Amino acid sequence: MANFFDLKARKAAASAGASSKGTQKADRSSLQPWVEKYRPKSLSEVTAQDHTISVLQRTMQASNLPHMLFYGPPGTGKTSTILALAKQLYGPELFRSRVLELNASDERGIAIVREKVKDFARQQLSNPPSGPAGVEYRKRYPCPPFKIIVLDEADSMTQDAQSALRRTMETYSKITRFCLVCNYVTRIIDPLASRCSKFRFKSLDHKNASQRLKDIAGTEGIRVGDGAVDALVKCSEGDLRRAITYLQSAARLVVPTKQAAKGEDEMDIDDAEGSQLVTVTIVEEIAGIIPGQTIESLLNAMRPMPKKQAYDSIATVVQDLISDGWSASQLLNQMYEKVLFDERIADIQKQTIAIVFSETDKRLVDGADEHLEVLDLALKVSECMA
Amino acid sequence: MSLLVDKHRPKDLTQLTYHYDLTKRLEALAQSPDFPHLLIYGPSGAGKKTRINCTLRALYGPSVSKIRIDSRQFVTSSNRKLDFTIASSNQHLEITPADVGPHDRVIVQDLLKEVAQTQSVDLSARHRFKVVVVNEAEYLSREAQAALRRTMEKYSGNVRMILVANSTANIIAPIRSRCLLVRVAAPTGEDVVGVLKEVGRKEGWKESGGLNERIAGECGRNLRRALLMFEAVYAQNETVTDTTPIPPPDWEAFIEQIAADIVAERSPQQIMVVRGKLYDLLVHCIPATQVIKSLAFRLIPKVAPELRPEVIKWAAFYEHRVKMGSKQIFHLEAFVTKVMRLIESHMMGIDIDF
Repeated sequence: MANFFDLKARKAAASAGASSKGTQKADRSSLQPWVEKYRPKSLSEVTAQDHTISVLQRTMQASNLPHMLFYGPPGTGKTSTILALAKQLYGPELFRSRVLELNASDERGIAIVREKVKDFARQQLSNPPSGPAGVEYRKRYPCPPFKIIVLDEADSMTQDAQSALRRTMETYSKITRFCLVCNYVTRIIDPLASRCSKFRFKSLDHKNASQRLKDIAGTEGIRVGDGAVDALVKCSEGDLRRAITYLQSAARLVVPTKQAAKGEDEMDIDDAEGSQLVTVTIVEEIAGIIPGQTIESLLNAMRPMPKKQAYDSIATVVQDLISDGWSASQLLNQMYEKVLFDERIADIQKQTIAIVFSETDKRLVDGADEHLEVLDLALKVSECMA
Repeated sequence: MSLLVDKHRPKDLTQLTYHYDLTKRLEALAQSPDFPHLLIYGPSGAGKKTRINCTLRALYGPSVSKIRIDSRQFVTSSNRKLDFTIASSNQHLEITPADVGPHDRVIVQDLLKEVAQTQSVDLSARHRFKVVVVNEAEYLSREAQAALRRTMEKYSGNVRMILVANSTANIIAPIRSRCLLVRVAAPTGEDVVGVLKEVGRKEGWKESGGLNERIAGECGRNLRRALLMFEAVYAQNETVTDTTPIPPPDWEAFIEQIAADIVAERSPQQIMVVRGKLYDLLVHCIPATQVIKSLAFRLIPKVAPELRPEVIKWAAFYEHRVKMGSKQIFHLEAFVTKVMRLIESHMMGIDIDF
């Protein structure tokens, strides 16, 4: 457990730009996921959460913080914000001793809350560096007299573990602040929620997300084709982390070909001029998006036609879809979008169709056979449209 | 003597036929120093494993093909002992955590962590990391997947995962977003014909274009099946012509019989007859899903066109029930009875209203 914490802190320290570890960092950063590499380093870099950021910046100047509860959909910068805030408060030297970060992959049962969290909460504050260097340090970082415990993905904590936190939060509030990060605020028990000031993180809008992606592509030297950024934003549904991961995967596909061709075996991802374009097709392939025309052909097959042919035409298209390995859940999502906005289908029909979709989705989650389910769905929808 | 499927399995990326774009990409990935985690998905018999083996070979050289099989014991938190087999070479290991059912989390945590925490000592090795191939990744439990999530990030220096799945539906989003998704589509009819031709040539068998085409049509774009059928035809017949019949697998012939039974007579006695046959299939370890699916698709050409959507509807319904319920035969029989009733009421001209 201790190792894990160290590693996180080290990573954080490295990305904070500790110059002493320059060489090591350079070696690593090319292998680092871009999501980590481009995590905002200060509050002002966090995109598209203006309200939250301005409130946090104000509280930072006052050198006091409430307990905080960050909630919002994935990939909107919740973890990034709290980490950036902590970095700005403590700087690289104190970060390790003042911040405890636990996320869902760590064991977080009631025992951990009782021991680890409590122990950390109870600990004496570590001192900022002394001497003239310390004065300088303190000028740059406010180093307020409390520690921060970040409980990432708090909604996956058990109820018991959450209630064990209640008293701990109050008892040590003099020297410790808690920050709970979660997707669903309703999963946090009321007594905890009422102890925190809540910050809602809204889904990233198109403009901000694409701007950020363009910046990253620019820094990495990836040439992005027309519309590819839009496709990325669309595929990732406001989740910036997913968009960045997709971008990196796309870059991996595009860049190495050029390296192999040139016979370089050093990792030189930053210098990729003249490499291939990241195109919409590549992005969609990576995201597992089914091409529009495939969906279209299925929808066409589903259009009302004489009963005799209906089954055969649908069955062939579905057979091909399944053989091509497209995921049924993805197909469901995309078809739903299409059907929903199809003007040619009457509202009353859409109503029945929605029920069919819901039923199929449930069955797929239960692990039913994809081929049968998709075929069934297609047949039922086509019947509804008739 | 080994089966054709194994004998002529491509060993090198360069030998792979069809999906050339994909091959190129895999080659590029193997060359680059930064090999990502992969999630390879596609229907069975499309060539997922073949491609993985070829990629591994491109990564490490021929020594990956020297595989040894170990059996290891793991102890769950409730002190149950699990035996687990691992196929490994010096550079990679291959596991099927779904074998141990709900205890797969222990395997993922213990084994993967152990591998991940030990660095390769061989300095001359081309890559510092080991590759772990996880078969049937879609059957991993949620907990195992959550445990994997952390391992994948934390030890990405020492270990790279290749997950193999038939579909991505049951793989949680965090895992998906950490992997590079690679879709291996099933080969098209022409691809299959090409492969059959090539294999036939290597074996020195007399070629018969018409037969190849027919096998390609019959196999449902599953190359493994196509090759097995191909071999069966040549094993059973001295001289092979375009019209030589293709023997279907035993169980499919059997299901065909059941379908014929159902259509032929619809009565309680007949249900009993069918029941015996269904039991036979289950006893021979044919998965219930497979039974329902084949049965439905075999019933389709036998019933009136108006009934076809209904048959599929109930097939899907009972297949789901099979997954949810505990006793398979109930749902298989329910399906049979339903279909009988459908056919009956259609013939009597009564509207289907239930």
